[in-house]
Amino acid sequence: MPIKVTTDTFKKEVLESDIPVIVDFWAQWCRPCLMLAPVLEEIAKDFEGKVKVVKINVDEEGYLANQFRVSSIPTVYLFENGQVKNQVIGLMRKEDLVKRLGL
Amino acid sequence: MYDVIVIGGGPAGASAAIYLQRFRLNVLMIMKDLGTLGRTNHIDNYWAFENTVSGKHLVEQGVAQAVRLGVDVVEEEVIGIENFESYKVKTTKNEYEGKVVLIATGQAKPNIKVKGFREYIGKGLSFCAICDGFIYRNKKIGVIGNAEFMLEELEVLRNFSDDITVFTNGLGLPLHIEEEIKEKLVTDPLCEIQGDEVVKKVVTEDGEYEVDGLFVAIGTPSANDFALRIGAFIENNYIVVDDNYMTNVPGLFAAGDCIGGLLQVVKAASDGAHAAISINKYLKTLK
Repeated sequence: MPIKVTTDTFKKEVLESDIPVIVDFWAQWCRPCLMLAPVLEEIAKDFEGKVKVVKINVDEEGYLANQFRVSSIPTVYLFENGQVKNQVIGLMRKEDLVKRLGL
Repeated sequence: MYDVIVIGGGPAGASAAIYLQRFRLNVLMIMKDLGTLGRTNHIDNYWAFENTVSGKHLVEQGVAQAVRLGVDVVEEEVIGIENFESYKVKTTKNEYEGKVVLIATGQAKPNIKVKGFREYIGKGLSFCAICDGFIYRNKKIGVIGNAEFMLEELEVLRNFSDDITVFTNGLGLPLHIEEEIKEKLVTDPLCEIQGDEVVKKVVTEDGEYEVDGLFVAIGTPSANDFALRIGAFIENNYIVVDDNYMTNVPGLFAAGDCIGGLLQVVKAASDGAHAAISINKYLKTLK
């Protein structure tokens, strides 16, 4: 299951992670975000142990959303070794998201 | 409440409506006009017409057939679909409720051709106020559009900012639309969208305007605009459906040119029939 990340836990959960991390910027009022949730849950299951999936609520974590210049949601980032490796914007099918994230 | 609301009255929509009506379902078909097919003059490749037939004739006959069989048909423009327990379809005049919605509004229109447009999609340039408006709280927002669809988006954006500029991109602005706009209004054509990582500025023929976010709602909403707002998958500008013509959103179906494939009347009509059969099965699972 995707883990909820906040400004306080971002460094530990994302930047210092031993494995790549998918970071989903989302909000409760965003329909496409809600429809992306099951896609990310499946990815978390498929890549268990190899890739971590975390979620950041842009309403609660405005600082992080701002820092990563999130201007449309859902926006999904792939972090590797503390660095942004890929960014994908918008709702899409699992296979398309996996491909575009370069997993 | 309707069992099914069909949006679009072309070969996909009307065929579906006819099949659905024959399943004794309560069907509403909403059509804005005669659509793309209605503007096609010569059709020679559709079955059972010895002579050339116009698209207009085909669409009109299809609608008349649907009406004869008992389908409710209204000529209205749909500006939004909402989905909670049932579906609410909002038109410029009314609101309808249905258990299922079938989108059959034809191929999505291409984006406007303005320098920088493609580059900034998702980077300050958005097609959905309800999805992204919140991100621009108290910031400078631009909206591109010239009709009811734009007003709908504008209404949403007013919740987030007082600093909004409406750009018509040189398109005609009906008086009743203009009267609704209390914001800054720029009517000359767009030349370029500029920025760095994100949108910063709109350059028109006569001026330059700073914006933090730019929302696109030109003309009438297309199939993809509906799909985007409700969270249906879109791929290569077409709505993604499964073998039963259902999108990833339960109860939301799509058929015809808006799902891609062969963009022909015969395929759209076939889609409509298939979708209707699937919808009939789906409705039985709801009880």
